[in-house]
Amino acid sequence: MKIELNKRILDKNEECALQNANFFAEHNITCINVISSPGSGKTTTLGRTIRDLADKIKIGVIEGDIFTDTDAEKIRAAGAPAVQIETKGSCHLSAQQVTAALSAIPAETLDIIFIENVGNLVCPSDFALGENARVVILSVPEGDDKPIKYPGTFAKADVVLINKIDLAPYIDFDLDRVIKDIKAVNHEAPIFQLSATTGDGMQQWYDWLVAQIKCKK
Amino acid sequence: MHETMVAQSIFEIILEQAKQYNTTAVSATISCGQFNPINDEVLNFAFEIIAKDTPCEGMTLEIIHIPLRAICKGCKNEFDFDVYKPMCPMCESCEFDFAQDAELLLENIELKDPDTK
Repeated sequence: MKIELNKRILDKNEECALQNANFFAEHNITCINVISSPGSGKTTTLGRTIRDLADKIKIGVIEGDIFTDTDAEKIRAAGAPAVQIETKGSCHLSAQQVTAALSAIPAETLDIIFIENVGNLVCPSDFALGENARVVILSVPEGDDKPIKYPGTFAKADVVLINKIDLAPYIDFDLDRVIKDIKAVNHEAPIFQLSATTGDGMQQWYDWLVAQIKCKK
Repeated sequence: MHETMVAQSIFEIILEQAKQYNTTAVSATISCGQFNPINDEVLNFAFEIIAKDTPCEGMTLEIIHIPLRAICKGCKNEFDFDVYKPMCPMCESCEFDFAQDAELLLENIELKDPDTK
């Protein structure tokens, strides 16, 4: 007996993501899902962003890691509220986990919530969390072949940050190739070259970020 | 390893159907796009473990990978996007738009006929 279902397999996650999106809308919050490899500088980028924009926008962070709350500690040290989700082995965040974390974040006081996903360029891209936008970070030492190896993740990005650009002179990294490969799968997303350590190029990222709040409000 | 979560979701949907008809499941057809691909081997392995000792045990999963269509901005040619050669095969332009990528779908399932159980 054959039964035609044509059912979206990740429907449950999608439903939950929609609830999260409603929560963000009700609280007038812009939510940004941050996806990258481990060690690309997600936490450092967010830490610097929080410090540099402290007078302009109120930021909160939901941290996703397999184990430990060291990233949440770093965010708190930068001056923002942070909630840590420990996935205990799971390689990506699901919308349900974010829903649980939202009850612990002081949403009334915030303009932006960043969700720092588990470091992984594969799995997080299939799971909507209710975000308004996705940022994908690629760092120079990871190599210039990442966009072509993980096209799905780059295709779904709303903005791409090429981090640790200060290291480019010391590493065999073909920037033109990276930009060409990103554009092959994603014509829309702006690509910003920056260094969260030196601060170079951060302003264009901040301008983009502030525009996200404005275009939503 | 998002395949484990995909396997879990598929399992829950099929189990519900099998229970509803008071029978066991034989096979299922799943389809996915190019930007949300699944690894056939890993999905099958995860599903096998989840389905053990349930009405879904021993099921076969057919996984269809649907090509992503692209439309050349220049010559309007429509083609299957190839990540290794991201250009229009007619005019070799790199300027093209994507059609909607296929969703991750559980298309259909085959249940054992309840009477022949």
